Amino acid sequence: MAIEVRIPTILRTYTAGAKTVDGSGDTLADLLTDLDGRHSGLRGRLITQEGALHKFVNVYVNDEDVRFLGSLDAKLNDGDTVTILPAVAGGALGLLAAAAMLGR
Amino acid sequence: MRYESLLDACGDTPIVGLPRLSPSPTVRLWAKLEDRNPTGSVKDRAALYMVRAAEADGTLRPGATILEPTSGNTGIALAMVAKLRGYRLVCVMPENVSAERVQMLRMYGAEIIFSPAAGGSNQAVATAKQISAEHPDWVMLFQYGNLANARAHYETTGPELLRDLPTVTHFVAGLGTTGTLMGTGRYLREKNPDIQIIAAEPRYGELVYGLRNIDEGYVPELYDASVLTRRFSVGTRDAVLRTRQLVEVEGLFVGFSTGAVFHAALAVAHEAAKAGRTADVAFLVADGGWKYLSTGAYGGTLADAEEALEGQLWA
Repeated sequence: MAIEVRIPTILRTYTAGAKTVDGSGDTLADLLTDLDGRHSGLRGRLITQEGALHKFVNVYVNDEDVRFLGSLDAKLNDGDTVTILPAVAGGALGLLAAAAMLGR
Repeated sequence: MRYESLLDACGDTPIVGLPRLSPSPTVRLWAKLEDRNPTGSVKDRAALYMVRAAEADGTLRPGATILEPTSGNTGIALAMVAKLRGYRLVCVMPENVSAERVQMLRMYGAEIIFSPAAGGSNQAVATAKQISAEHPDWVMLFQYGNLANARAHYETTGPELLRDLPTVTHFVAGLGTTGTLMGTGRYLREKNPDIQIIAAEPRYGELVYGLRNIDEGYVPELYDASVLTRRFSVGTRDAVLRTRQLVEVEGLFVGFSTGAVFHAALAVAHEAAKAGRTADVAFLVADGGWKYLSTGAYGGTLADAEEALEGQLWA
């Protein structure tokens, strides 16, 4: 068994269009290193130069936000599902419009 | 219960137990019914506080115009508050929002400016920018960064919860502007450092995220991750399943965002039961199901419901 990783539309250029890819690793950091071997560049979009998870990226292990599970040190097990999503708050349209109007 | 006006009747909502869905007599689930607010959602609290704060600091003067870029619950709540406090409300929204929303806003006296549906959210943003530039005197309350939004919950929702459920161990609510969780969470944590504050955020269909580049992401200014203990992402199918379960088993008719919140609440309740701990898990019902009936997602198969909500901002 492997870890299933769900890739958001915006990052599928790194996975040849695949919605999900398989990977392995004991932690999220290990998993991202493993994935980068086959999908070069993907890791760089998720992790900043300082080595932290990108502010506007949310990663979930079995639907739970990894930032509350140790972030890149979050433990992973075979059979887990990892979901990567861009950070969008609820009512995305409203905030887009509001942020644009306020020049943010 | 008697109040001087509808605005005074905002808040002080009931909290009800879920005896059938609670895992055990020592791990109990409780629903805080925010659909019992004047316009039927939790947003009445934030709308009232944001308007009062803007009046107090002079941003809103008599006869002013408020500009609100959504057709959601905040728009409806603001329409009611604006009417009763004497302001004009202009809402900007895509022309493909549901007829109920438009009718409700017009009933409350709001004016609506539509942006072409074909342009999607980029068009809506462009339209909103243009309107804002043409009317620099119109006031935007910007709920995502407005401290009065979180303060409404710090001063009302939190104290009500602790008063009615002093044994509360977990508080679960939806994460949108983050105002509910930040305000209620801070208050409860001050009173009980061990309390678990849990966020449930909706995970939409791909169409919603497809629009966004990672570098154009957005985290609301109100958000402070240190208030939260855990944060769950809940997909459409789980949200619909739990929404139906609540009405079928406990008779609670709620919107889909509450189904997502209940999904997370149920998960932490069952974890506590499995670990042999006692728990009182309170979750927030943001609104009732009425505004979402036209989606058709309350009937039929789960797969049909999921399809009906695909691409929609259901929370």
